[in-house]
Amino acid sequence: MSVATVSYEDALQRYEPVFGLETHVELGTRTKMFCGCVQAFGAEPNSHTCPVCLGLPGSLPVVNRLAIEYAIKIGLALNAAIASWCRFARKNYFYPDMPKNFQISQYDEPLCTDGYLDVLVGGRTVRVGIERVHLEEDTGKSLHIGGATGRIQGAEYSLVDYNRAGIPLVEIVTKPVPGTGYSAPEVAKAYVTELRDMLRTLDVSDVRMEEGSLRCDVNTSLSVRGSGVWGTRTETKNVNSLRSVERAVRSEIERQAAVLDAGDRVIQETRHFHEDSGVTTSGRSKEEAQDYRYFPEPDLVPVAPPPEWVAEIHASLPELPSARRARLLAAWSLSDLEFEALRNAGALDVVEETVAVGASPADARKWWLGELARRANDSGVDVSELPITPTAVARVAELVASGSLNDQLARQVIDGVLEGEGTPDEVVAAHGLAVVSDDSALLAAIDEAVAANPDVVARIRDGKVQAAGVLVGAVMKATRGKANAARVRELIMERLAS
Amino acid sequence: MDELITMTAAELSAAMSAGKVSAAEVTTAHLDRIAVVDSQVRAFLHVAGDEALAQAREVDRKRAAGEPLGPLAGIPVAVKDLFTTVDMPTTCGSRILEGWRPPYESTITRRLRDGGAVLIGKTNMDEFAMGSSTENSGYGFSRNPWDLARVPGGSSGGSAAAVASYQAPLALGTDTGGSIRQPAAVCGIVGTKPTYGGSSRYGVVAFASSLDTPGPFGRSVLDTALLHEAMSGHDPMDSTSIDAPVPPVVEAARHGDVSGMRIGVVSEFSGDGYQPGVMARFTEAVELLESLGAKVTEISCPHFKYALPAYYLIAPSEVSSNLARFDGMRYGLRAGTGSAEEVMARTREAGFGAEAKRRIMLGTYALSSGYYDAYYGKAQQVRTLIIRDFDAAFGQVDVLVSPVTPTTAFPIGERADDPIAMYLADLCTIPADLAGNAAISLPCGLADEDRLPVGLQVMAPTLADDRLYRVAAAVEAAFTDRWGHPLLNEAKGLNA
Amino acid sequence: MSITRDEVAHLARLSRLALTEQELDHLAPQLDQIITAVAQVQEVAAEGIPPTSHATGLTNVFREDEPAPCLTPEEALSGAPAVELQRFKVPRILVEE
Repeated sequence: MSVATVSYEDALQRYEPVFGLETHVELGTRTKMFCGCVQAFGAEPNSHTCPVCLGLPGSLPVVNRLAIEYAIKIGLALNAAIASWCRFARKNYFYPDMPKNFQISQYDEPLCTDGYLDVLVGGRTVRVGIERVHLEEDTGKSLHIGGATGRIQGAEYSLVDYNRAGIPLVEIVTKPVPGTGYSAPEVAKAYVTELRDMLRTLDVSDVRMEEGSLRCDVNTSLSVRGSGVWGTRTETKNVNSLRSVERAVRSEIERQAAVLDAGDRVIQETRHFHEDSGVTTSGRSKEEAQDYRYFPEPDLVPVAPPPEWVAEIHASLPELPSARRARLLAAWSLSDLEFEALRNAGALDVVEETVAVGASPADARKWWLGELARRANDSGVDVSELPITPTAVARVAELVASGSLNDQLARQVIDGVLEGEGTPDEVVAAHGLAVVSDDSALLAAIDEAVAANPDVVARIRDGKVQAAGVLVGAVMKATRGKANAARVRELIMERLAS
Repeated sequence: MDELITMTAAELSAAMSAGKVSAAEVTTAHLDRIAVVDSQVRAFLHVAGDEALAQAREVDRKRAAGEPLGPLAGIPVAVKDLFTTVDMPTTCGSRILEGWRPPYESTITRRLRDGGAVLIGKTNMDEFAMGSSTENSGYGFSRNPWDLARVPGGSSGGSAAAVASYQAPLALGTDTGGSIRQPAAVCGIVGTKPTYGGSSRYGVVAFASSLDTPGPFGRSVLDTALLHEAMSGHDPMDSTSIDAPVPPVVEAARHGDVSGMRIGVVSEFSGDGYQPGVMARFTEAVELLESLGAKVTEISCPHFKYALPAYYLIAPSEVSSNLARFDGMRYGLRAGTGSAEEVMARTREAGFGAEAKRRIMLGTYALSSGYYDAYYGKAQQVRTLIIRDFDAAFGQVDVLVSPVTPTTAFPIGERADDPIAMYLADLCTIPADLAGNAAISLPCGLADEDRLPVGLQVMAPTLADDRLYRVAAAVEAAFTDRWGHPLLNEAKGLNA
Repeated sequence: MSITRDEVAHLARLSRLALTEQELDHLAPQLDQIITAVAQVQEVAAEGIPPTSHATGLTNVFREDEPAPCLTPEEALSGAPAVELQRFKVPRILVEE
């Protein structure tokens, strides 16, 4: 339809993006939302079902109290109002992964409303409004067989597993977020990151996007700059990682700008995000918006959380990320940007723990954001998943500070720990990785280097002190990096002075 | 007829306890009776046969060993085919569930089994409990034992017919708009709709979730109370189940007494549309109550006349959603080829009967955006007004009385394709369903025109189920005195 | 007329009922009659009357987060028209949710 593509920068000249996010969180309760089946990711198909989550004729739902508690927790952490009385509702539509062909959800009476989440992006705080938080049940999972890509299009048939059906989901819907301009994609990503961290802190979900326990749909629209009129929004699904959130928003902005530039209108529809190409394609048209014929769920009675219970839950909230941020910024004298770097690397916990066992904040940050972040990236994991403890890192930092190790040796020690060879001290001992502190050993290497490089020695004696670097390098090589480079240079100058 | 099949459950229980007869003999007698008459009555969709005898023998063994037994031990109970049973098919009277064997048991049937009751078979019903004649069954209609050319009422027609023809002393039914009381009335037996939430709906396939109430049928008030008590009580598997002790219905049934009771006659339930013979018997019943010491007044419940349209909005709305799961994907019938959507539509087309289709579409309409407020939403408001009418009435009287249904049993086929005429059978029974109150139907005589049974309806406030039995027992005793025998003895033909 | 034949056909589609033309001919006028009759509820003055969705007055009925026995895969699949790889085999789905 639209032909010419538009660059992001170009699009932002003429249009103001507005985005919103709908996030589904699988709660980490032991059992499902309406029955006592255990949640089990990756189990044999249809091995964790019962008449209720299979929707067998005659079955009835009973609400999991812990799920309500978790949802209230989330609402409170998002500064939302908790309903004093609300009901579940049936959302009616036919689809094979929904055993009853209706989903028990909430409609016009969500459990929590009207909150916000402050998001730190590029050194400033953006307040993302939260429209609502409500509870619903998850659907089963389908395998589509016969098509080229395993997707629905072109499949010959589908195979449905209902293990996931009935797992409690909390849906968090933001209010539309205008005014982020150029950084819209970043802010969207930062919101999801912040939300994820908060949910992890609350311990209500393991929030793994790659496992589907945190799912995002992104809504995007463009407003012509200065018009004050908001555009038609599209919904993008299949956004499976933080990076995809950013890319999806960016891609939709570019696409919609091109459509509008060409004089066409943006169609209100659901789009599918493609990881490989980074673009969205058209899915189902939402123009004829589906009528879900919502009505209050007659098999469940209303939920009226007693104020004492809500107060109890409030009192039990752990330190939330925003509070922690304030605390650490002060304790470690960090700028917002420095803090963000830590948070984005997923290193906050490990750095804090490393400081707790004695390292300085600067050292802890240096190692976790430097060498370890690099290693984590190479292995495709989070820093927190590396097989090295904050205690070990603190020890390495200590050894470097005391001069027993230099940076190069320290990296080798870290390698050893990551390889599973033991504690830093054990690795040092096993490989003899201590800095050579014995001058006599160094002198031997120095004499060899001097003898081997007469022209360099001549230049040094001539006054070209920098040339000493070559000798230092040779000694470092000879000692397999185990020398303190500064000390080597000192000794060389002493030697040559004599 | 074998004496064993004409005895009441109470009498059978006493006889078994006294060692005069074994549970196996009782069950055998009833299975024999089924073999003789059910080809005509067609009350049963499935007869348990050997399994029933095995249950009975187990009761005898337990009794001999001195193990504890429930009050209904060894008593055959017929089960409306809406309750899930693991050892018998559960069809709900629909072709869409033909042969379905549930992998789980309903709470009520499990409790009855645990107490030693013998579940003798599954009975015919209007498809998914929608109807007033059992003609909507996907497996053909059942017949009224009083006159085989007439309907046994519905939707629990099979259960009522089974009890009325002595094929079982007790039966389970469900009442959503009158589906226990109306069949009881037209078959000349006793049937109760307990307080909503008083009996568990877990394993009772849902028709209208906020109205469905499982309940008992019996040939006497005491028998009905015995089953009422055994099947009722809180169930944690049902969120709408009331967590309170079962009202003392058996105690009340043993001590029928209306002296000093204030009884209200619902003035809206009379007039045009009511068969004269029905009104005549009802009037006599009211006079009887007065003669027994009750204080009778007329009470107006002005919103009751909107109960029927409100019900025919709320029930179809809920059922349109409850029946969505029947799509050929996970169980039951699968028909057609092509895409999932096509197979779903073909399956439901082939598996559902006309009434089910009408109500599904009606419900879809009433819940549609744009129509919700005017139809479903309005009906829910009417429901509130009806509850208030009851509250106001019960502020003045202890129970309300009315006819159960405007006519006696109508001929098979007469209203089968006239939905609105069919719906009128529920006129008097619906208000109690909408409000959740308890109500009972018991025989009060035969209509002069056709010599067919007429039922008296008594309605009590929620959780006052025992009050129904106190009144019913008094009326039953007085009428039996007057007639010289139970009304059922008047039924010719089959019951000879 | 409260509802046209076309509207009834639409309702049938929404409800996944593949009605035949003859059925539509038969059911549509009946549905029209019924809708007209139930519309009587609109006569009731109900300003400020709260709707009743639950007659029991119960609230806060919960279960604890404790496991309960579940069905075996065989039991879960026992009624299934078609099974493959221990899953419910269903025909190709056209509409993507």
